[in-house]
Amino acid sequence: MTVHFILNGRPASADVSGSRRLLDVLREGLAFTGAKEGCGEGECGACSVLVDGEVVNSCLVAVGQVDGREVVTVEGLALPDGKLSPLQQAFIERGAAQCGICTPGMLLAAHALLQQNPRPSEDDVRVGLAGNLCRCTGYTKIIAAVLACRT
Amino acid sequence: MPDVTYLRPRDVAHAVRLCEGTPDARPLGGGTDLMVMLHAGTVRPRALVDLWSLAELKGIRRVDGGVEIGAAEPYTGIIASALVAEHCPALVAASRTIGAAQIQNRGTLGGNLANASPAGDTLPVLLAADAVVVTDRRTIPVAEFFTGYRQTALGSGELIVAVRLPAAARGVRFRKVGTRAAQAISKVVLAVNREPARVALGSVAEIPLRARGAEAALARGDVEGAVAAVAADIRPIDDVRSTADYRRQVARNVLRDLVDASSRR
Repeated sequence: MTVHFILNGRPASADVSGSRRLLDVLREGLAFTGAKEGCGEGECGACSVLVDGEVVNSCLVAVGQVDGREVVTVEGLALPDGKLSPLQQAFIERGAAQCGICTPGMLLAAHALLQQNPRPSEDDVRVGLAGNLCRCTGYTKIIAAVLACRT
Repeated sequence: MPDVTYLRPRDVAHAVRLCEGTPDARPLGGGTDLMVMLHAGTVRPRALVDLWSLAELKGIRRVDGGVEIGAAEPYTGIIASALVAEHCPALVAASRTIGAAQIQNRGTLGGNLANASPAGDTLPVLLAADAVVVTDRRTIPVAEFFTGYRQTALGSGELIVAVRLPAAARGVRFRKVGTRAAQAISKVVLAVNREPARVALGSVAEIPLRARGAEAALARGDVEGAVAAVAADIRPIDDVRSTADYRRQVARNVLRDLVDASSRR
């Protein structure tokens, strides 16, 4: 089937079986490699993307399920003028990235959290990011970066 | 992995026809279990019938004294629902312990039931609540739904449409014991109701089960008897998450704790 969706604000399509994983179609078919494969079973959150604004593990989504929907990867988080978003900027300023493999997923989970709750408590942030593992265990600075973006 | 045919039905009736008419077809909900098994090759269906977007399977509504939850309504919807909070707060509590945001946005009661994992976190709550599974052709009490390890009473092509919680679901209490608050597969899950007396557990046998001996004691008001009986009602094993001995001890302790808590209400 041909799957049509909006990827980072622009129309995208892929001519694949709808049962393929969204993660593989993004990375291999469309060359958007921001979403990483960590565990491949919904435990680590490295492959997190937004579908219609909700954070999901792209390793668990069949690509046919995003037909007609909006997908955002980390490549789509920057502002329209190309500048990094305040959240991305905060990650840099607070040292919230170490090896970096969890960073795209952390950014998207944090972005979704801040969209739903612009003034989260530290507990809210910990719960909101509980599905994203940092193998460097650099959680303190990640949480500080998200808290710095409260409005 | 060979490509699996992806089918998107228009409605539930169409989905049933596709499931019945396509060899080796599997219904797909939010994919949180099935996509893992598909990728690992532990299941090899020839087709997926995608139920995720079917409006008939979404939503939460009041029905004669209780509440009905669409089979493909994600946990996020259950957690946010004032109706579920009012009718079955234990189901909200159980839904919060499932994975984290990514899984709660995609996981569903229909999927938890159909997957029939002995560790399915909502399943003891549904058992303790005397919930009823509504399919495209009949209703099945949850107590009769699990027939063996990952086996259910569903017939060929039969699809779960909704889950009904009766008024008694309000009194259910729930506890999950795992290695961390989020993303953990449980070592023991326990749900208790006092009226009627129900004790249901997960991760302690090949199916989510009701502890009938403990229930009989609890119905007599014999809490210590229930605590003693629950260890004999369950059939835990040693596995990667825990040991049989630990599970028996925790089942006793958590049962006593939940019964005490419900007495203090």
